[in-house]
Order: sequence, then structure tokens, then C-alpha cells
Amino acid sequence: MLDILMIEDEPNIAEAVRFILTREGWEVGLHADGLGGIEAIRGAKPRLVILDVMLPHRSGTEILAELRGDHDASLAATPVLMLTARGQATLPAPQADAVLAKPFANDELRAMVRRMLV
Amino acid sequence: MPFEALVAGCLLYVALMFGVAFAADRAASRGRAGWLDHPAVYTLSLSVYCSAWTFYGAVGYASRSGLEFATIYLGPTVVFTGAWWGLRRLVRVARRHHVTSIADLISARYGKSNRLAAFVTLIAVIAATPYVALQLQSVSLSFEVFATDSLADIPMAGGGGTALWVAGGLALFTILFGTRNLAADERHHGVVTAIALEAIVKLLAFLALGVFVVWGLADGPADMLSRIEAAATGHGGWLLKPDRWTALLVVSGAAVIALPRMFQVLVVEAADEDRLAVAGWAFPAYLFAMSLFVLPIAVMGQQLLPPDANPDLYVLTLPAASGQNWLAFLVFLGGFSAATSMVVVCTIALATMISNHWLVPLWLMLRRKPQSGDPEDLRGFVLNARRLAIGAVMAVGWVYYQATGGTAALAAMGLVAFTGMAQVLPAMIGGLVWRGANRHGAFAGVGVGFALWLAMIFLPSVGIGAPPSVPSGVDPLALAIFLSLALNTLAFIGLSIFGMPDPVERLQGLSFVSAVDPIRHSRMARGADQAEPLLVMARRVWGAEDALRFFQSEAAFQGRSGYLPDLTPRFLTRLERRLAGSVGAATAHAMIDSVAGGAELTVSDLMQVADEAQRAKEETQRLETARAELARTARQLREANDKLTALSVQKDAFLGQISHELRTPMTSVRAFSEILRTPDLSDADRDRFAKIIYDEAGRLTRLLDDLLDLSVLESGQAQLSVTPANLHDLIERALSAASATRPERVFRVDREPLAEYVGVITDPDRLLQVLINVISNARKYCDAEPPVLSIRVRRSLRGGVQIDIVDNGSGIEAARQSLIFEKFARLNDPARAGGAGLGLAICREIMANLGGDITYLPGQGGAAFRIALPRRPPVPANAGLRRA
Repeated sequence: MLDILMIEDEPNIAEAVRFILTREGWEVGLHADGLGGIEAIRGAKPRLVILDVMLPHRSGTEILAELRGDHDASLAATPVLMLTARGQATLPAPQADAVLAKPFANDELRAMVRRMLV
Repeated sequence: MPFEALVAGCLLYVALMFGVAFAADRAASRGRAGWLDHPAVYTLSLSVYCSAWTFYGAVGYASRSGLEFATIYLGPTVVFTGAWWGLRRLVRVARRHHVTSIADLISARYGKSNRLAAFVTLIAVIAATPYVALQLQSVSLSFEVFATDSLADIPMAGGGGTALWVAGGLALFTILFGTRNLAADERHHGVVTAIALEAIVKLLAFLALGVFVVWGLADGPADMLSRIEAAATGHGGWLLKPDRWTALLVVSGAAVIALPRMFQVLVVEAADEDRLAVAGWAFPAYLFAMSLFVLPIAVMGQQLLPPDANPDLYVLTLPAASGQNWLAFLVFLGGFSAATSMVVVCTIALATMISNHWLVPLWLMLRRKPQSGDPEDLRGFVLNARRLAIGAVMAVGWVYYQATGGTAALAAMGLVAFTGMAQVLPAMIGGLVWRGANRHGAFAGVGVGFALWLAMIFLPSVGIGAPPSVPSGVDPLALAIFLSLALNTLAFIGLSIFGMPDPVERLQGLSFVSAVDPIRHSRMARGADQAEPLLVMARRVWGAEDALRFFQSEAAFQGRSGYLPDLTPRFLTRLERRLAGSVGAATAHAMIDSVAGGAELTVSDLMQVADEAQRAKEETQRLETARAELARTARQLREANDKLTALSVQKDAFLGQISHELRTPMTSVRAFSEILRTPDLSDADRDRFAKIIYDEAGRLTRLLDDLLDLSVLESGQAQLSVTPANLHDLIERALSAASATRPERVFRVDREPLAEYVGVITDPDRLLQVLINVISNARKYCDAEPPVLSIRVRRSLRGGVQIDIVDNGSGIEAARQSLIFEKFARLNDPARAGGAGLGLAICREIMANLGGDITYLPGQGGAAFRIALPRRPPVPANAGLRRA
């Protein structure tokens, strides 16, 4: 089973996050578009989802709402860490378990993911 | 019912009317008009339209000509519902000018010309006298029904004695209540209240008869309808004839305004225009109720009564033959009410016109120089003139009835009066809506209409001359109506256009049409000692008490004690208006001029009048402009507020987008900088991560550059360096610069070198920026294989240049085409290729700065942009050619 599924369209950010988390021993999958995001989560059933807010075709907020409404209760309860580049002022939906504003310190990311995976 | 009982009942009814009229007059003179002024009374008084013709004649009409009778009700209904604003306007103007009759209205509008008023009076008298005779005839006939046993041989003119009694009684009533006072507003509360009561009797009688006919004689509505249907199929005259119907609609619509009695109750007796709001629906409703049972009565009459019974008397003979004596009596009272109310009001209206426009001017002419101390009492003269006129109208009506022996059909004579008075309408309506209408046009129109009416309708109706021969298939009445009204209108318009209005006429035209009330300055203000002769004159018209009261209140208004005001223009205008209410506009004008105005108006006076009118008009326009200005300012404020709100929303969205665009590369930079410090990194990774940092830093710089550029361009602060340049060179440089974008793609570029050799005066660097941007976009997004880019240059009409840059890719979907020039348009674009989406926004701003524009051309196969350049850029206030 995948530890972390990341949905992020910026390739450089995706690469950085994957590099950081893989080195901590977690298995990280990537989906690079809002389109098909929810299907990717259903298929991978990860322990944690890292979700960018501003995605092409479907926003992270929409995907989150869809996930929380999923009929599979255990899937719907998957912890979600949202990444936002809109600054602290526009932190997204309260349905997320945690929110991380870009740019972030790598330690911050590591600590947050660790806490959520435990 | 014995004849004596009928007469007694009739006298009782007459006494009741006298009592009601007397009580109402008394209440009004004590200032307790109260419910007398209720719109319902006004509406009911309008029912004087339904004369004996409508009461008795409609049934006769229906039994002869089928549904055609309905036009007589439909015309007024159309006018009241469809032109209520016109009626309001008419009443408003007439009230302001204290108009006393339709002749007075026409005269007042056309320069207070008394000759015109006298002419209109003539038409009214000729048209209406036979109509009065008709009413006397109907009353006599209805008496005959009770006096004889046989229904068949009722003589036409046998009731000469009855008619004489009726005429005498009506003359007495009219004189008593029609000439009680010479109030300035010329209203007759007593008469109006009495005819309102008669209107109720009329309606109740007719409805009662209708109910009796449908449920008593026939077997309910269903049976009635089938009987009507049977009658209709056996009767060719029931067919609708469009020409005749239209003509009758027009004429009856005109009649409800222009008939002397209708003008009297509709306009002169109206306290204000507001009661038309009620009358506008209530009067048509009354007409509808009056017309409801006409057909049933006509059909039952035809089926139940002997074939030689007079259809005009079905309403009486039907109940009488069925033994319903009380119903017959009620119907008789209804018909009696219809006839008497019509005669009374018509006589009052005619007498007012005759005295104001014939007798008083004559009297004034004969006594050209009324010296002060002149024992002659004008008030007495006017009152006596009216009494005389009332008596005369009634007498002529009676004589006419006796002489002609009565007409066979009641309806025919009514139509003659309708069509006659309709000839006044073009001049009246024209005078209300068209400032250019003048006296010559009015004279010509009314004259032509009158002559045609006389020749084609009136004289044939009294047996003099034959009706004009018309081609078969054309209805002679409809033709006469259309012809007379059309030529009338034509003459009116024609001579109005070619004739010059005189100054007084101009003023009145202004006042009637644009509702501006010019203040008269023609008579210069003079001292109070000059007011004495005016007071003497006013006393003659109104009586000492009323005149003194008016002068005192005017003096008090000017802040003077005593009873002699200064002769200010306001005072003279008010005095003239009040006098006009008693003696008509033309006479009042002449009277005041003879005392206060010296002789004729001088040219400089007229100039002053015209000047004043112009100033009054300008003042109104200025106020109107100011009002419009205020409304505009309010709207602008509202718009500005909306715009600010929208701007604030936009600004938030923009800041959010900038934040996103800045934070995204910064995130990569920051994350990889930390990663680079990781000790056990491979060299390949280290190099790759360093390059990412480098690229993202460059992306940040470009973004900041673009934002700065955009803000400079948007604020209009951009410095343009305008110089002549060759377009070919620019395209060449743009292509080579853009080839750095996705260099692996090899484009075929389709160009027209000859057309490109065009000199342009512009900022070449900025234009180059736009070209590079558009071409780079094509290189980035064109997905065709092999990719082709075509560049077409064309001179535009005003010396500018158009550059179309088209690729062969899949283009931009229609929904996004309007968005691509917006800032950060690519933000949610799946195909975004590194840029933030500011490129085209910058292009648009650059082109705006250069005085041109850039647009997307839909339907060109691929993505297609048109860059349009003017011959040279505009010179803005803050930029310009400083660096050129």
C-alpha cells in the first residue's frame, strides 16, 4: 500500500516533496492533474494525501470535498495535507486535516507528515 | 296604465329632479360640494352620451342593422381606455384656460380668435338642433305608446302638444339651473347631480327590461342565444361591413369628446383631471351594461310584436304588450331621463357658445366704448343672452320636429350630429399636440370638413339634395366620413404649414402643447389707479360681490390693502382667465385689452411677449436639464460604487494570483536549496537541483519584470520611443527571437515579403515585444504536424497596418477566447507552459498604448491573432515623442 499520494501539478515542487519524503522511507506516488485526482486516491488508497489547492481542471478543494463524501467510510477519512500558494489569508476548507503554506521549510513538511502518518 | 297616472308619475319624477338639482346647487354654493365632487357623479354624468337615441334607438338600430349598433358603444370605450392620457391632457389644458365650451377651446388655442369660435358654434348649432328635436320626438312617441291602444299606428308627429310641454319644461329647468350663476369655472352642480341620478334610472330601467326579456319572455340565456342566432342567420344586414364599422367607430369615438354636451360634462364640468382615472374604466363599464340587452330586446321584439310595430319603441311596447305596466313605466322614465338629460346639457353647452361667441361679441362691438359709469350691466346681459339662447335652441328644436314631422329612424339623426362635430376634432387634437398648428389651418380644416359634411351628410338627411352617388359596394356614409375627415385633416395640416401664426397664437400654442405657461408681459405694470375701470368691468360680469372679492384677494396677494391691485402681468392674466370662464377667451381678451391694454399690441410688446415665452421655455428646459443632470450624477455615483466594489474584488483576486505565481517558484527554490545541503547527494542530482533553482529564479525575475511592465503600461506612464521602422525587419527579428522557444520544433513560416515592406511609425521595440509574444505562443501551443505559421500584412483603410498571425494548430476553444487577454489567463490552463499568463495581457496594453489593438480571430483553423496598428500612435498628454 502506498504511504503517500501527492496531487500536484508543478513538476519541480512535486520532485522536491517526493525527494524529501522518500528519503524518510515513505513510498510516495504522484498524480499531476486535478482531473482524475479522486480516482487516483481511490485506486491507491494511500495512508495520507498531499493535495495542492490550485490544480488544472479540478481544484484541490473540490477533490477534497469529493473524498470526504465518498461512500467508503475508511477512504473518506483518509488524512489530507493541503498545500496552498495563496498565503495564510486564504487557507482552504476546514475539511483538511492540516494545511501547509508554500513556500515551506523541509523540516516543517517532514514533521507534519510524520505526525499525520503515526 | 291610465294616461293620467303616467302624466302624474312623470310630473312627480320631474319635481324630484328639480329638487335634487336645487339641493345640489345649494350645497355647492355653500361650499359643501363634498360627495357632489365624487368621481362616481362625474362618471354617471358622462352617461349623457346615452341619449334617447341610445335608449330607444339602439334597439331599433339593432333590429334593422344587427350588430352595427355596437360601434356606438365601442368608439367611446376605445377612446376612454386607449387614450385616457390624451383626455387627461385635454382636461388639464382646458381647466387651466378656463375653457367654457369646445368652441372656446378652439378659439383659445388659435389666438383667441372669436371668428373661429363663432364658426365652431355655428357647426354645433346646425348639428345639434335636429338632435334636440330627436329627443323631443322620442319623448312624444313614448307618451303615444301609453295614449293609444294599438301598437301599429303610432303617428310620427302626432304628439306635437306633448313635445311643446316637454320643451317648455326643459327650457325652464335649463334656465333655472343652467344660468344660476356666472361662476368662473362654469360648473353646474345641480344639473350634473340631476343627470347623474337620471343616469342611474336609465341604467336600472334598461337592465330591468333586459332581465325581463331574457328570463321572462325568453327561456333564459341559452334560449336567448339560440333565438339571436336564428335571427342573425335569417338577416343579411347582420353581416359586419368593415368600412362602415371603422367609420362608425371613428365617429363615435370623436363624438364622445366633441359633441357639445359631451365636452360640457367631460371637460367643462370636470373639477380636475384625476377623476378620469375612475371614469376611464367606469364609463366603458356603464356603456357595456347599457348595451348588454340591446340584441335580446331587438330579437324578442321582432319575434313577439306585429311586424309593423316601430322597432325604435320595442323597449316600451314589449313590456306593455306583455301586461307589465310598471316595467313599462320604469322604461318610460328611463327613456325620459335619457332624452331630458341630453337636451338639458346640450342646451346649456349650445347656449354658452351662442352667448359667448355670438351675442356678447356683438354687444361689445355695438358698444365699442364702454365709458365708466355706463349703466349697462354686462353680467345681466350675459345671463339674459344665455336664457335667450336656451329658449331659442329649445324652440328651434321643437319647430324642427314639427316641420319635419319627425324622422323615421332615431339613429340616423344621431349619426348626423356625430359626424358634424367630428369635423372639429382634427383642429382640436392638432392644437394640443402640434405647436405649428395655426388659425389658418384650423379655419381651413373645419371649413372643408363642414362643407363636405353639409353636402354629403346633413342636407341629404333633411331631404335637400341627394346623397352623393358612390360606386356600388362602397358604403356612402363611410365614404362621406372618411372623405370629410381626411380632407379636413389635410387642409388643416397644409395651411398650418404654409400660414404664419400670429404672436398670441404662438403663445397659446406653446401653452397648449408644451404645457409651459408664458407670463404675459404685453401689458406693462401700472399703478393701482388703473385697476378701477377693470373692477367696474368685472363687476358687470360677475356681480359686485364676486368681483370685489377677487380684486381684494389679488391686492392682498400683492401685499396691498384695499381692493385695487397693481396691474401686474400675473394679475391681468388671472383676471383674463377668470373672465374667460364667464364670457369666453376671445371676449375676455378683447375686454381687458380695451380697458388695460390700450389699443392693439405694439411690435415691441410682441417682441417682449415672444421673448418672455422663450425665456419661460428656456427656464423649463434648464430645469429639465438640471433634473436630468442630477439623475445622471446619481447614476454615475452608483456606477462608480459598483465599479469600486468590482475593482476591489478584482484586486483581491489579482493579489491572490500574484501570490500564487510568486510562491510557486519560491517553493521550489527554497526546498531544493535545503536539499542541496544534504551531505550524501549524487553529483547528478546536485547539478539537476541547482539547475531547477536557477530556472525557477529566472521565472521569478520574468514574472516581476512582466508585472512591472504591465503596471507601467496600464497606468499610461509607459515611455514610447516612436520612430519610423520597417515591418519586414521587425517580423524577421521577432521570428528569430521566438525560435528560442521550443527550438526542437521546426516551423514552416508562410509569409508575403512584398507586403511586409511597409513603413510604420510606432515604438518598434514595443511592437517587437508583441510580435515575439504572439509567435512564441504559436511555437509553444501549436500542436499540428508539420507546424505552419502564416503571417499576412495588409494596409488598412485609414493608413494603418494589420498583421494577422495564424498557425495551423487546434486554436483556442471558443469559451476561452474572450479570456485570453486577461491577466493570469493561463492560470487554470492544463497546457500552461511555464508562463504566468501575463503575455497577452501585456500585448493588449502595449497595443492600446500604441493606439492600435490586438484581437483573436475566430474560425481561422488554428490560433489566429490580428495586430492592428494606426498610421501613427496618438500623442498622450504625459508621454509623447520626447525620445523620438
